Amino acid sequence: MLKRVIGGAVVVLLLAAAAYAAFFIAPTDSRQGVIYRIIFLHVPSAWTGLVAFFICFVANIAYVLKRTPRWDWLGVSCAEVGLVFTSVVLVTGPIWAHPVWGIWWTWDARLTSTFVLWLLYVAYLMLRTLVEEPERRALLSALFGIFAFIDVPLVFGSIRWWRTQHPQPVIMGEPGSGLDPVMLRVLLFSWLPMLALMTLLILARYRLEAMREDFELVRRESEAA
Amino acid sequence: MSSPDPAGIRFAQIDKRYGGLFALRGVSLDVAEGEALALAGRNGSGKTTLLRIAARLVRPSAGTVRFTWNGDVDCANPRVGFVAHATMVYDELTAEENLLLFARLQGIEAPEKLVKNLLREVGLGERGGSLVRTFSRGMRQRVAIARALLQRPQILLLDEPGTGLDPEGVAWLAETLRALRDDGCTLLMSLHGESEIAALATRAVRLDAGAVVADTRDGADIRSVMAFAGS
Amino acid sequence: MSLLSNTTALLGKELRTEFRSRELLMTTVIFILIVMVLFSFTFDPSSAESRRFGAGLLWLAFLFAASLMLQPCFLREQTNDTLSALRLSVSDPFAILLAKLAANTLFLLVTELLMLPVFSILYNVPVAKIFGQLLLVFFLGSFGVSIAGTALSAISAQARMRELLLPLLLLPLLTPILVVSTEVTAGLLDAEPFVRWKGVGFLATFDVVFLTALWLFGEYLLEE
Repeated sequence: MLKRVIGGAVVVLLLAAAAYAAFFIAPTDSRQGVIYRIIFLHVPSAWTGLVAFFICFVANIAYVLKRTPRWDWLGVSCAEVGLVFTSVVLVTGPIWAHPVWGIWWTWDARLTSTFVLWLLYVAYLMLRTLVEEPERRALLSALFGIFAFIDVPLVFGSIRWWRTQHPQPVIMGEPGSGLDPVMLRVLLFSWLPMLALMTLLILARYRLEAMREDFELVRRESEAA
Repeated sequence: MSSPDPAGIRFAQIDKRYGGLFALRGVSLDVAEGEALALAGRNGSGKTTLLRIAARLVRPSAGTVRFTWNGDVDCANPRVGFVAHATMVYDELTAEENLLLFARLQGIEAPEKLVKNLLREVGLGERGGSLVRTFSRGMRQRVAIARALLQRPQILLLDEPGTGLDPEGVAWLAETLRALRDDGCTLLMSLHGESEIAALATRAVRLDAGAVVADTRDGADIRSVMAFAGS
Repeated sequence: MSLLSNTTALLGKELRTEFRSRELLMTTVIFILIVMVLFSFTFDPSSAESRRFGAGLLWLAFLFAASLMLQPCFLREQTNDTLSALRLSVSDPFAILLAKLAANTLFLLVTELLMLPVFSILYNVPVAKIFGQLLLVFFLGSFGVSIAGTALSAISAQARMRELLLPLLLLPLLTPILVVSTEVTAGLLDAEPFVRWKGVGFLATFDVVFLTALWLFGEYLLEE
């Protein structure tokens, strides 16, 4: 219990520090004004989502090979948490785009790829709801998770190539455009609380899944008796 | 039809869980080479699961299955035939095409003659060129058995093989299985009240709620083990 | 009993079954035809416009058709539990997947090639000169669709609501195929046709990556 409180406190502190840095340390962008600061939420969320999905991928492989339920609990926890962070990316994109460009959405390469990523992991969760038996559910979703994750670089790569054929307005600046060094440092620093928050959420979700399994076990055994 | 070098099966502490439910719990069973073992038990007692684990279609949650041959433990790949509830043949192919397919998959060279002979032995000599879709349940069962016998099995697994057969079909099946047993094939069959087939068993084991509760080898009376096999 | 001989035997079975009833091929061809007609109402089908939108129309039609056509792939093996019979008979379970994906690629390719002249006529886009290149793209794209589709069909066959689930799983996964195949095809349909070789290489990469994944994890897809 104490560990959880400390963990929570650490995350809150890191978030506060990052917020402070985002608002007061990073210099104002000359062209975009205050709204550009959403980049410190948007970009680290994207990176964090990918980290969560990567852990999910590892957990999926581990489950297929070992078949211990813990890997399945870890997999679903990471997928859900990853989906949350990915949703943040999809929401902050338009929030940034509208005041600056006047449009809500642009089929910018990264945003589009993120949308597909989001759809892939929504499909992963949907698959899980459609399989009743726990071992089957774990195996099938692990296998889909593996295919989904190896697809991710192909999705990003193909859409980026497509964009070179059909240029679109780019949110957050071209990959090549240099970032002010202070901004870059704040950006990297903002990633830390995101990762900490991700870890906390994954652990909490994992615990929930473990409890749910235990509960199911007891329920079925009492029904069978 | 079978080989005179039967294999034995050794189940050791088999568990099979589906979620919180145990289909099999701590089942240890030695099926001797050449034995004809009848598995009895109510629906849901674990007979089908045990057979499918022996066929290596299902992985046990715990425990091991080993095969013995000539008293030698760990025969890695015995020839196992499986006759399940479902026919396991393609409706859209003819009986002959089905058998040829499975024979080729199993690596049997020039299977045409073997298939023709097998079809004749199971009484389908005339119907080899007909689509299985046109067959009655009894005829499909015969195709299924022919399929199981393609590679001259050392072990034959049967899951309620008499289901859906008319009395004539059951009699034919009992006759066939008796011949196989005498030829030297190990039989492991789950039965659901087919007394004619139970009659050729050399041993009977009863399962209840996934565990072995009676074994004629330990002196239990065969009739009481097989009794209520249908309830 | 090698992988190759098992695969050939099984491929023979898949083809024989399909050519006896031709249900899959017929329904898929008709489906694509319907989609083509419906699409004609969504943009002005002049030749210039068709060159621009035609590639997208073709590949969307192919993808939707595939997600329907792949449904029976493993469901057929459930009716009489023939999948168990196959698992008991083959030496390498990968043969089962390989045969199915070869069959699926072939069926998709046949329907696509049947639809190509129809598309050409309906939308006034000449394709004779670029047929060979189109064949290449169609093949690489369809192969990728089949690999992913066969795997996902094995998964969805074991779940509820499988008719809806398969497209749900398959379509996002096939985004790279859709994006790249459309681009390459568009380049070929242009008034001055050209081949986007980078795209062709990308499709080949997708195929290799997914085939490898299927080879590594395929046997688990068939587990009971």
